[in-house]
Amino acid sequence: MLEKMIFGRYIPGDSFIHRLDARAKLIFVFLFIAIVFIANSWITYGVLFVFTFLIIRMSKIRLYFLINGLKPVVILIIFTFLLHLIFTKEGSIIFEWKFIKIYEEGLRQGIFISIRFFVLVILTSILTLTTTPISITDALEALLNPLKKWKLPVHELALMMSISLRFIPTLMDETDKIMKAQMARGSDMTSGSIKERMNAIVPLLIPLFVSAFKRAEDLATAMEVRGYKGGEGRTRYRKLEWATRDTVILLTLVVLAVILLYFRQ
Amino acid sequence: MDITLQQVSYAYAKNTPFEKRALFDVNLDIPSGSYQAIIGHTGSGKSTVLQHLNALLKPTEGSIKIGDVLVKADQKNKHLRKVRQKVGIVFQFPEHQLFDETVLKDIMFGPMNFGVPAEEAKSRAIELSRLLGLPEEVLEKSPFDLSGGQMRRVAIAGVLAMNPEVLVLDEPTAGLDPRGRKEIMDLFYRLHQEKGLTTVLVTHSMEDAARYADRIAIMHDGKCVLEGTPQEIFENEERLLDYRLELPQCVKFQKKVEQMMGKKLPTICLTEEKLAEELARLMKEEREV
Repeated sequence: MLEKMIFGRYIPGDSFIHRLDARAKLIFVFLFIAIVFIANSWITYGVLFVFTFLIIRMSKIRLYFLINGLKPVVILIIFTFLLHLIFTKEGSIIFEWKFIKIYEEGLRQGIFISIRFFVLVILTSILTLTTTPISITDALEALLNPLKKWKLPVHELALMMSISLRFIPTLMDETDKIMKAQMARGSDMTSGSIKERMNAIVPLLIPLFVSAFKRAEDLATAMEVRGYKGGEGRTRYRKLEWATRDTVILLTLVVLAVILLYFRQ
Repeated sequence: MDITLQQVSYAYAKNTPFEKRALFDVNLDIPSGSYQAIIGHTGSGKSTVLQHLNALLKPTEGSIKIGDVLVKADQKNKHLRKVRQKVGIVFQFPEHQLFDETVLKDIMFGPMNFGVPAEEAKSRAIELSRLLGLPEEVLEKSPFDLSGGQMRRVAIAGVLAMNPEVLVLDEPTAGLDPRGRKEIMDLFYRLHQEKGLTTVLVTHSMEDAARYADRIAIMHDGKCVLEGTPQEIFENEERLLDYRLELPQCVKFQKKVEQMMGKKLPTICLTEEKLAEELARLMKEEREV
């Protein structure tokens, strides 16, 4: 069950997207998030949709896998779609059944918001799926570096992030293991009333917390033993290298923004 | 309770880029009341087989018969609870599953999940803690205040408290000191004999497999490549090396002695005691001649 989750996971590959500099990808995603909000009409949202699919193609990640892994988010998208559909009361009524009235504007808003949500989630997932957690943090550290002047602990923040990303799969495996051990002792988290299920979570959470704390302690000791003392004077094994393709991919964003501004209503 | 694996195949994370085949056409027959060891090097699929034995994993192909329940890929989870009560699994590092306020409550957790009345569960817990050599005062302590060895015993008691008919052990003594190791392995063997528990031991230790098991299965690259009595399995050293396994210490020693003396003992000795006996007899014969 848990093995299908794709948040924070990395799929090794050699696509154009995989090869991009992590800084470029990070800037790309941030700018994209801003640009998405320019869209406000059928054409502009259509353009965004097509753009996203092009990116998926370029990353060579199977669409089926991507959608399957994002199932929990899809539920959220459907939920927001329904909220907009039911509660927006503008434009002409296009459907009426008993007390439910669906307005044209509600349908429009619902579809737009869903597309917006969808493209954002897909693109951020592609970022993590095609970039190793380590290069994401390296890139973040490089991009935030100027803020050091204002005493922002950039290195420590980056380290915190890389450690938490690194431990997502570990904790998932751990959860799976403990869940199985408790299931073997007759605890059942997948059926029964809500109260029974809530009770069944305790035997899962407590061992999970205990082992997470133990792991954190071991990690801290291991780091200290190997002479870690913060980012000061630390050299790097991996160097980030900016190539022409990184500039090109950012330029496509500018083009996208221009197109969106042009077709915007 | 008989357990029969028929052409069991299993793939982790099926239909994703992470898909990984772990088992290929595994056939294994574990008759009621036997002591079956499963050996193999790391990543050979031992632990995956083990999780099939109480339907925590369902085979992606093939089927498993556990008692009178047939487990297949499309089986509903409903019928599996019955299986889980009858097949107790002691996982690797079982102390990681402890969670309750007191040791007593933790041991009672399993049986109470299966509807055993509290009184009965409590008396089982007290009896088992004695059996496992846990001091009485430990029962009211938090399991997290115990030493590693004691935590292990508590976790094992928690599985035994369900009164399983089949006991599945995954490296139950990993990380214990040699004495605790022997105590626990001997305890499992005693339970196996006294209560007629069907026992499945997954292990890296050739010595344990040789000493306790009636039959041994060797896993290699997700396949069950060899199955037989310990005598048959440890007869052929080259074949074991192919599967990156070694002979048990005492068999190795026996081979060396045989080589130096230019003589062969009548059987392969699976325990130190048996080997000592045979060697003593051999030496006596020599002296008489």
